[in-house]
Amino acid sequence: MTEKFEPRIVAFFCNWCTYTAADLAGVSRLKYAPNVSVIRVMCSGRVDPQFVLDAFARGADGVLLGGCHPGDCHYAEGNYKTLRRMRMLERMLKAMGIHDGRFRLEWISGAEGEKVRTVINEMTEKVRALGPLDLPGKTLEWDKELKELEAHVNQSAPKEEAVHAR
Amino acid sequence: MSDNKNKQADLPRVGFYICHCGSNIAGTIDVVEVSKYVSGLPGVAVSREYKYMCSDPGQEMIAQDIKDHKLERLVVAACSPNLHEETFRKAAAKGGLNPFFFQMVNIREHASWVHTDKGAATQKAMDLARAAVARVRHHQSLEKKRVPVDPNVLVVGGGIAGIHAALTLANAGKKVTLVEREATIGGHMALFDKTFPTLDCAACILTPKMSAVKSHPNIKLWTYSEVEKVEGYVGNYKVKVKRKPRYVNEDLCVGCMECIDACVFKEAKFPDKFNQGLGKRKPVYIDFPQATPKVVLLDPQTCIQLKTGKCKKSCAEVCDRKAFDFEQKEKFEEIQVGAIVLATGFKAYDAKRDHQYGYGRYPGVYTALEIERLVNASGPTSGEVVLRDGKKPKAVGIVHCVGSRDAKSNKWCSRVCCMYSLKLAHLIKEHSDAEVYNFYIDMRTPGKGYEEFYDKLLSEGVHFIRGRVSDVTDWAVTPEEEGRLVMRVEDTLAGFVRRIPVDMVVLSTGLEPQHDAQEVRRRFNIGCGSEGFFQERHPKLAPVNTFTDGIYIAGACQAPRDIPDTVAQAGAAAAEALALIDAGFVELEPNTSHVIEDECSGCKSCIPLCPYSAISFEENKKKAIINEVLCKGCGVCAAACPSGSIRQNLFEDDEIFSEIEGVLAK
Repeated sequence: MTEKFEPRIVAFFCNWCTYTAADLAGVSRLKYAPNVSVIRVMCSGRVDPQFVLDAFARGADGVLLGGCHPGDCHYAEGNYKTLRRMRMLERMLKAMGIHDGRFRLEWISGAEGEKVRTVINEMTEKVRALGPLDLPGKTLEWDKELKELEAHVNQSAPKEEAVHAR
Repeated sequence: MSDNKNKQADLPRVGFYICHCGSNIAGTIDVVEVSKYVSGLPGVAVSREYKYMCSDPGQEMIAQDIKDHKLERLVVAACSPNLHEETFRKAAAKGGLNPFFFQMVNIREHASWVHTDKGAATQKAMDLARAAVARVRHHQSLEKKRVPVDPNVLVVGGGIAGIHAALTLANAGKKVTLVEREATIGGHMALFDKTFPTLDCAACILTPKMSAVKSHPNIKLWTYSEVEKVEGYVGNYKVKVKRKPRYVNEDLCVGCMECIDACVFKEAKFPDKFNQGLGKRKPVYIDFPQATPKVVLLDPQTCIQLKTGKCKKSCAEVCDRKAFDFEQKEKFEEIQVGAIVLATGFKAYDAKRDHQYGYGRYPGVYTALEIERLVNASGPTSGEVVLRDGKKPKAVGIVHCVGSRDAKSNKWCSRVCCMYSLKLAHLIKEHSDAEVYNFYIDMRTPGKGYEEFYDKLLSEGVHFIRGRVSDVTDWAVTPEEEGRLVMRVEDTLAGFVRRIPVDMVVLSTGLEPQHDAQEVRRRFNIGCGSEGFFQERHPKLAPVNTFTDGIYIAGACQAPRDIPDTVAQAGAAAAEALALIDAGFVELEPNTSHVIEDECSGCKSCIPLCPYSAISFEENKKKAIINEVLCKGCGVCAAACPSGSIRQNLFEDDEIFSEIEGVLAK
């Protein structure tokens, strides 16, 4: 990583508000950082926490989730469900060492092209300052540690019990 | 490469197409490079770039390639799927491919238009293309569901937009319900005396249309009513309407107005809302003589009987039709419609917000709408331009752009104020001998005959001063200013600051969204722009459509506009509704969810999550089941199912996971 670190951020945008806002930002020719790739879903409520985890596990340095403002969901209340899920996910992510704004949930209405720009620029800056997350690398390390531990346990424990070790 | 090709053998054959969009995409993204890169991805059989993919030859190329190269999947990298997804689905179908074996990559709105670094934008395009190629392999063959369209239409708002839309639809043989919040239809246009630039009388062109609405066999007119709740989807809306009590039976009242004369209040003493508070009305009233329907109503705030229950009810006594009903309650009615036209209009800017002009502080300061009533022959002064004290003004100053083009209030130009200010200048001159001054920033007169109207005014001796009025004050510094209002302004053409004493100040207030526009848009599940006007689906190509199919917008609820534009838009909205209805059916996106029965554990987690109650529990099987007609395809249940046994079409787990994998692969 000799050159400047460029974070890779995956975004999940709901079709009706945030994706439209990103389209509006485009039509208005607002300029923002190219680090965020958007995956379209119909509702932010479609975002399974596993999507977020998977993105981190595959090397994302940040994950952004965008939905309609509370009360404005195209599907009445999908974004409230998103909020509940993501609050829980944030705790879990924190336990894994993923915090400080690497995961971000934002309400952006279809009229807020400007907000798409600010959020993406802010988040890119923030994640850039945090440096690479490299969860795949960390997972390998954790696996290695686990193997070492396993080997250690196998060595010291009687053979029959080792069968049940995992 | 041969290794690669072997691996490709069991993958579906993907065709990839990247659009230059002239220079819109190709100017920032190296499309040739992206195309080359994608051609090396596993499973990609064809990869091409073309100037305009959405053009006929572009679509033709796709259809031909599907046949020639036996393509099984299609990926197009171009603009937003909101714009051309349907176009390329059709191209796929033309080539004999199921239209849902297609994925669109948005590299214009989401990349070329928003990035400046060509290298980074090209890289991002490659990432997104790779993700789509990975995703599209998992796509399933789907069918669009057809549902019938209810041929009835609801029009909300009875201004000129709603009136015109309702009449157009009714003339085409559709049953229309027109819901208006006020006691009469007519909207803002009914307040005007003359209309620019032709100076034809507003009432003369509007009231025949109002009567036509009332008498049309296909129109059900519900005034003094509001939409409470909207349920359903395109072609099949269920609407609940609140009908407020008038305390007069609409079917019995013939509008003879004898009750008004008979009211126990001998003098009208309550501010008349229709006349902008300049006139007075009684508790039993009718907004104006041509009100439609011509039915009186009681104001519960001022009627003694309704307030205290102790009145001799002389109004009811004189009514030989026995139309009065003091016990009337608000009632709710439900209607079924296939399409909805929203024409809820605008609100005039509240002139009190610009303190410097002294509206509400100096009696000589008026809003333009008040002047409309003053110059109107059926207005409170019968068309005489007089001040509140009855005196005739010797000089009148008209301030343009009040609440428009102002960073402190509204940034937008309200489009009609220059023209109506010119009209009012002409009318004030016609109705009085006053000197008239127009204070403008820029004179904006785009429209048929508009500039010519401005020329006419210039020759009529109206004064034009270019400059924003800084304030209106009664602080006189010369004897000539004593007892008058002084307008202070920098005359930017003459290059000095002037003080102009006048007797009457007219504030040309701008157009704003209705005060409850946000509530209304939520009720109808449509969007508002950042200014608060209803958001059209596309600013140029779908100006009357909204993001909710079957709901159309017309008139000043979408943006400030004048009468000709409003009428044109109302016609367009009616035509869109007709197109929907006459097709007889709509095709719904097949992005609904379904349960894989064998995998469902019957945990019921999904059931309370569905906002449409589309999921139920089959007791004998102990499985959840989704009613596809009720499902609107948000996918909330699919995200929640712990066993992953709910699948959302077009947004299946493996589709999204492979998209994530694809976008992050190096």
